[in-house]
Amino acid sequence: MAFKDIELNMGPQHPSTHGVLRLKLTVDNEVVLKVEPVIGYLHRGMEKLWENLTYTQIVPLTDRLDYLAALSNNLAFALTVEKLAGIEVPKRGQYIRIVLAELQRLASHLAWAGFMANDIGAMSILLYSFEAREDILDVFEEYIGARLTVHGIRIGGVPRDLDEALVSRIRGVLAGIPRRLKDIRALLDENRIWKQRTVGIGLISAAEALDFGLTGPALRASGVNWDLRKSIPYSSYDEMDFDVPLGRKGDVYDRYLVRMAEIEQSIRIVNQALDKLPPGEFMAKVPRVLKIPPGQVFQTIEAPKGVLGFTIKSNGTDKPERVKMKSPSFINLQSLEHMCRGNLFSDVVGILGSMDIVLGEIDK
Amino acid sequence: MSDPQPKHPFILTRADHFITWAQKNSLWPFGSGLACCAIEMIATAAARFDIARFGMELFRASPRQADLFIVAGTVTNKMAPIIRRLWEQMPDPKWAVAMGNCAVCGGPFPTYAVLQGVDKIIPVDVYIAGCPPTPQGLLHGLMTLQAKIARSHPTKEILNPDARRTR
Amino acid sequence: MLDVPADRPALREVHEALTGRFPDSVRAGSFEKGELAETIRAEDLLPVLRFLRSEQGFNCLDDLIVLDNVRLPEAPAKRFSVLYQLYRFPGDVRVRLVVDVGEDEPLDSVVPIYRSAHWAEREAFDMFGLRFRGHPDLRRVYLPDDFDGYPLRKDFPLEGKGDGL
Repeated sequence: MAFKDIELNMGPQHPSTHGVLRLKLTVDNEVVLKVEPVIGYLHRGMEKLWENLTYTQIVPLTDRLDYLAALSNNLAFALTVEKLAGIEVPKRGQYIRIVLAELQRLASHLAWAGFMANDIGAMSILLYSFEAREDILDVFEEYIGARLTVHGIRIGGVPRDLDEALVSRIRGVLAGIPRRLKDIRALLDENRIWKQRTVGIGLISAAEALDFGLTGPALRASGVNWDLRKSIPYSSYDEMDFDVPLGRKGDVYDRYLVRMAEIEQSIRIVNQALDKLPPGEFMAKVPRVLKIPPGQVFQTIEAPKGVLGFTIKSNGTDKPERVKMKSPSFINLQSLEHMCRGNLFSDVVGILGSMDIVLGEIDK
Repeated sequence: MSDPQPKHPFILTRADHFITWAQKNSLWPFGSGLACCAIEMIATAAARFDIARFGMELFRASPRQADLFIVAGTVTNKMAPIIRRLWEQMPDPKWAVAMGNCAVCGGPFPTYAVLQGVDKIIPVDVYIAGCPPTPQGLLHGLMTLQAKIARSHPTKEILNPDARRTR
Repeated sequence: MLDVPADRPALREVHEALTGRFPDSVRAGSFEKGELAETIRAEDLLPVLRFLRSEQGFNCLDDLIVLDNVRLPEAPAKRFSVLYQLYRFPGDVRVRLVVDVGEDEPLDSVVPIYRSAHWAEREAFDMFGLRFRGHPDLRRVYLPDDFDGYPLRKDFPLEGKGDGL
């Protein structure tokens, strides 16, 4: 009896789909022939809701998009509104934004490492990485009062200053992360089982990745040197000195290595930003009721998952006419089928994990 | 809520205490992690907040092996029939906890796509507010559920099937 | 003719190349807040995109945005505007193409030129009801297939029509 063209359903309730994602797999024995993602199980109608809210009211809702990296969403939206309204963020505010955004990148990558390792079977890594992440969430809680949906970057700057106590606390947290990272890497990097499950799996070449519109660490793992923080810098990133880690083959192992290296680079950026923190204001003068004359802009940032952007069209009132979000995970997920084809269906979980998608961002 | 029975035999009361003690200290959650609240649920299960001290570290992936349905996150209209089916697949006795504002009442999303509260499709025992509730908040809610379980009378349902709560 | 400032030579060059090759197609151009936007005729969408991709090097489609103009005070003749945000990598040049399309008019699908438009066009169909000729698999992407209505249209209520379930 031949087991050809069997349709398997994975999700939407599944421990390893990183949210409510449904994958319709067509397999031939154990080899994947087709993968069709079905999304929309977390579609909350955000873009419609935003047309009924003021710009300031939208900022906390953007936390719920990529909920593992809430500050990145805040930053992208705030930068877009500032570009549209012509608001200039003071230098100190920009530096504090760099600190917060990179700390958020650390938290997001640590959570990703835990989830991916847990999916492949290395369950203790989840506990290690979440413990490291808790230190960072404690910093957010001390800064603004929230752990996950932080809302710590607002239109015009940041809501609070980083005082001496907080700066030294952040430095302490950053000093502790390399040790935990070393533990995680010692367990995974040269681990024979880890390598058997990740090396040569889920390959995508540089040309194909660009063609699919892939962005973020998954693209850099294929060898494409594209980081928006370097190419179209925002919020004073051009004054920071850091490297962009690249992969070679574009398999799951390369994507893992790239994100691990990005964690180290983020630590470097935060330390630099804290060293060079300029004095002055941290929030621009933004009117209480922000009305923006008609116009339209498109602004992107390098979020932990890829290139995150907003297009905002204003109509003269305090509510936007249209807000469209460019979601990196939405576009990245389209290349899942290409990466999975030809691999065993038990590798689908590892490949999906290495792409680092968040359903809140995909479904809006 | 259970009604007091002054003539309830002593042995059945002791049996109730024992059964509810066993139930509340070994709840196996079926983590339906839908959105942001799922991350805080996982953080509660991680090392710092350690849900294992309540006996709940065994998050089951299959509803057939779980007895506590934690609805963590926004329930959309597209996901609602699936949540209902998962609830029906869980064997008795079972409890449900609505974690987070979206599961309680639709949260900040009064839109065409969001179910305004998961209690529209499944009976909820404990509502935990928050967006997302902190791990401490989730643990407080679970402890409230444990207190609720301690007040129940399972022997009444076992001995008198007609008195079984219709879920 | 649009006057792109001299300190943006790449954008200037793109504008001149586009208006030079497709003089009848480019209806309007604007340069605001540092962004170049060109409005073109719907029937020239595919040739213009092919030209921009192969000869001007715009190898990435960053985003596909649809606007519903029905509530605007100037009430345009065609209800929807579809915006194609293009990006040249390496080089970091951005340009936006604007196409106006009426309510029941189909638009050509750009999936043969930019693969990442596949789901973006499905999203446009799901949210606005726009149809794309030649799309390999045009169906809803977020909402269930039997959903009635197109939510992001301005005349669709936020709370939805009736009981969601």
